[in-house]
Amino acid sequence: MNIEVQEQPPRTHYLNATYGLKSWLLTKDHKRIALLYLASVTFFFALGGLFAVAIRVELLTPQGDMMQAETYNRVFTMHGVAMVFFFLIPAIPATLGNFLVPLMIGAKDLAFPKLNLLSWYIYNVGALLTLIAIVTGGVDTGWTFYTPYSTTYSNGNVLLSGVGIFITGFSSILTGLNFIVTIHTMRAPGLTWFRLPLFIWAHYAASLIMILGTPVVAITILLLAAERIAHVGIFDPALGGDPVLFQHLFWFYSHPAVYIMVLPAMGVISELIANMTRKNIFGYRFVAFSSLAIAVFGFLVWGHHMFVSTQSVYAGLVFSFLSYAVAVPSAVKVFNWTATLYKSSISYNTPMLYGFGFIGFFIIGGMTGLFLAALGVDVHVHDTYFVVAHFHYIMVGGTIMGYLGGLHFWWPKITGRMYPEGWARFAALVIFVGFNLTFFPQFLLGYMGMPRRYYAYPEEFQVLNVMSSAGASILGIGYVIPLIYFAWSMRYGPRASANPWGAFGLEWRTSSPPPPENFKETPIVTWEAYEFRPRHEAEVIDITRH
Amino acid sequence: MQTVPFAPEQASSFAADVDALYGFLWALTIVIGTALTLLILYFAVKYRRRIEDEIPRPVRASHRLEAVWVGVPFVVAMGIFAWSADIYYRMYRPPAEAIDVYVVAKQWMWKFQHLDGHREINELHVPVGRKVKLTMTTEDVIHSLFVPAFRVKMDVVPGKYSTLWFEPTKAGRYHLFCAEYCGTSHSGMIGWIDVMEAPEYQAWLRGAAAGASLAAAGEQLFQQLACNTCHKSDGTGRGPSIQGVFGKPVQLGNGQKVDADEAYVRESITNPKAKVVSGYEAIMPTFQGQVSEEQLLQLIAYIRSLASVQGTTLQGGTAPAGQQTK
Amino acid sequence: MAESHSTTYGLAHHFDDIEQQREAGTLGMWAFLITEILFFGGMFMAYILYRAKFGDAFAAASAHLDWKLGAANTAVLIFSSLTMALAVYYSQVGERKKLMLFLVLTMILGATFLVVKGYEYYHKYLDNLIPGFGFQWGGHGDPKHVEMFYFIYFAMTGIHALHMIVGLGIMTVILIMSKRGRFTPEYHSPVEISGLYWHFVDIVWIFLFPLLYLLGAHIHNQ
Repeated sequence: MNIEVQEQPPRTHYLNATYGLKSWLLTKDHKRIALLYLASVTFFFALGGLFAVAIRVELLTPQGDMMQAETYNRVFTMHGVAMVFFFLIPAIPATLGNFLVPLMIGAKDLAFPKLNLLSWYIYNVGALLTLIAIVTGGVDTGWTFYTPYSTTYSNGNVLLSGVGIFITGFSSILTGLNFIVTIHTMRAPGLTWFRLPLFIWAHYAASLIMILGTPVVAITILLLAAERIAHVGIFDPALGGDPVLFQHLFWFYSHPAVYIMVLPAMGVISELIANMTRKNIFGYRFVAFSSLAIAVFGFLVWGHHMFVSTQSVYAGLVFSFLSYAVAVPSAVKVFNWTATLYKSSISYNTPMLYGFGFIGFFIIGGMTGLFLAALGVDVHVHDTYFVVAHFHYIMVGGTIMGYLGGLHFWWPKITGRMYPEGWARFAALVIFVGFNLTFFPQFLLGYMGMPRRYYAYPEEFQVLNVMSSAGASILGIGYVIPLIYFAWSMRYGPRASANPWGAFGLEWRTSSPPPPENFKETPIVTWEAYEFRPRHEAEVIDITRH
Repeated sequence: MQTVPFAPEQASSFAADVDALYGFLWALTIVIGTALTLLILYFAVKYRRRIEDEIPRPVRASHRLEAVWVGVPFVVAMGIFAWSADIYYRMYRPPAEAIDVYVVAKQWMWKFQHLDGHREINELHVPVGRKVKLTMTTEDVIHSLFVPAFRVKMDVVPGKYSTLWFEPTKAGRYHLFCAEYCGTSHSGMIGWIDVMEAPEYQAWLRGAAAGASLAAAGEQLFQQLACNTCHKSDGTGRGPSIQGVFGKPVQLGNGQKVDADEAYVRESITNPKAKVVSGYEAIMPTFQGQVSEEQLLQLIAYIRSLASVQGTTLQGGTAPAGQQTK
Repeated sequence: MAESHSTTYGLAHHFDDIEQQREAGTLGMWAFLITEILFFGGMFMAYILYRAKFGDAFAAASAHLDWKLGAANTAVLIFSSLTMALAVYYSQVGERKKLMLFLVLTMILGATFLVVKGYEYYHKYLDNLIPGFGFQWGGHGDPKHVEMFYFIYFAMTGIHALHMIVGLGIMTVILIMSKRGRFTPEYHSPVEISGLYWHFVDIVWIFLFPLLYLLGAHIHNQ
């Protein structure tokens, strides 16, 4: 393909085609809905971040001196609930996914635009209920809601927050459903499956998880709520019920849920690397299939959260084995991304920096997953800060890096403006340093024995905790900077052309910002994925023989 | 065995094994992480964009390379799995010669009961070099008993018993934590495991005030609750005798055979209709709510103390005279 | 070939042609039904687990349910699937009056199901068999495990009934649309898709009926 030349930004596009609150709140345009979601998830990111600040400040000292234990327990629960259900799960799919899926496949919108808008409203209803639960006292069960504490012993707003999460789950289901149908039925002529951007493959796989996993947690929360109301239920040992059944049902969703969080980020990284290096992702089909493999295997490993839960030792062996199996496709992606760099043309702008950052964090996060899947080690580190460090490396070091990288990469397409590159690189660096300082010490704290969800801890853990809190303050600054310059750029940033990066993909063949109907004419695809140069010009280099 | 950095003391027979695997995993992580990072940095520098408009030639995929980096990680992963599974399996097989200690957790304390009657709260004294098996339950919510220096952990779940065993190898005082969030004072539900050399342990045993042994307390309860009216020791009562029962298989009325372990005895007291011994009617009332978890452990200890007594056989279906068979 | 949107009736602006729209709608409904399978699946898992643990109590509790009413309701639903399938057929051939007739029949049968269900629930209330609200059980089997059975019974049939009510709502909308002449042989996929949903709710009941009502069939007097 030819790199697009600078052209005049359009006069009318999806942002200014219609005016007024109603035109936004009743929009059916997937691009506007993506921005509505952007506002919602940013709010919850900030809220979850505030709770994180409170946690890290309290943990500066071994004693519980900043707030009461009850309060701390509510704070870490709300941090988890806000971040997991209201930020991480929807962030990339509902903002970048909603915006880009139709554009990337040459369609005018998603298959069900009204369901798309409905999903945003459903999200907000659930969010509102949960916010009410938070401000009227909060919940203190941990975001995992284990029984019988949550059904019988907690004094928090378990019911209200449970119902809120239940409702928001349907938003996730509708989004996934929309993506699956859209990708199957609305691809532009010539756009076969193996010509699709890897972002689409990743979102397709994540959508499979969304529609298959979320209903299970929905019914689990419903049963939990029923038990809380009626004081009898299927998790109640007094009736012969099994509290561990809750854990099985909960983790059956919540493990695949982490792949809902990370697969879209991996899709973003594939786009960033391909476009910032101007090369097809090495082993494209392997990367595409690895997304599907992760989705499938991800449903088979939930018991690795329960190695010491009193589940049988044989269950433990099976789940550990399968957990190692699911690590392989993730490793495949990292190797293929690295191989893509070979003989490429790498630009160092901000999206690429986030891409590099993701790979670095994901290596550590992924390898420490091997520690946790190792039964003998997990017995020691389960429910300690080692686990906390591992999942933050993946979810923050992985998902959020992917999210920010994607926001930067597609910002000119979404807003028609460029962000300031210097500040953006600086913020990326601050985030990288702050993140490592925050979370690496937690691996060490965990192995030393510091349990998670501890409000006060033995003195010997203080030094590492102070390091972690110091890192958190740096990380916080790193997150605030983009907030400022993104807002600034919407008014003062230089206007962007249709394809300021010289990137591949259908979304770059329409104006920045795009018109409401996305394309003036439906594109007809005659090229392969990321075919910056014709395939027949490929070097037949056998890398194994170097 | 050298200890890894940032680790608790190695104070149990498991610790060195767990640390070895942990150390290997960090070594693997550092090696792979460094190799990949250096490779990426090398590529990042060598292939940086020099001309704004340049477009590199594509590189053909290599199935051989894909096979290598699917196959090698898989094999390595399986190796790690096998190594860790071995440690885990051993952790789940308490040896027969272990000393028994019973544990009842509740918000927010750990109650330990030695068989000889010593009771401790939030602190457990054990002799070095002897295997110890904890049989645990909770009165309320799920807790988890965690001793970092031993590298052991096990959840305690209401309504059932869970077990954990260890062999302390070094005298000292080690942290005990609750590792499953359980409410307000979760981080206050901590204590100590005191591992003592044999002479000090003997001194402690003599010095610490002990109540009646668990079994003696259980025997008292057995009579107080009138269990002996049905469970007569000569086997002529409406319920089976409990002599020589514990630890042996029991034939049930539905044809199944189960082992008479702690869980079986507990269930038979709290939910008698669940497993009815062959040849007997399901008429025992439930004692759920009338006995606490600690009292259940006392009854179990008592029944256990009769394990080696010659009792009326419970194998097979012949009921004592005067009973109706199904 | 993309059809002109202004002349193709019922074609939404973002689809290229009516065929694409129909394909998308149908795939969407199937995907949604799969989520419903997973939704009910959690409860089926709980049922399987506790039935295995408390077989006797479950059989005794099940024997107390009125299997004749359950069987009648099963017949009502199966018959309603027939009327629904006929409604879909008539929408395909464009016979509006027959379409509306069979939609109404389907709704009447669905309402009948709900009335019978309500009657059953009312009797459970009279018999003090609502878990957590004065539950009492004097019959065979451990009362705690019988209460567990009834918890699962109410959860499963209750959520199923909610789906039925939603189904009636959908039927109402389809009925109104057909009254206004919205459906033609070229455009009737909303009827087909609603039919899929209705059949699914029927199939769920076909699983629920034997698992809940027929466990204690060998116990004669309860």
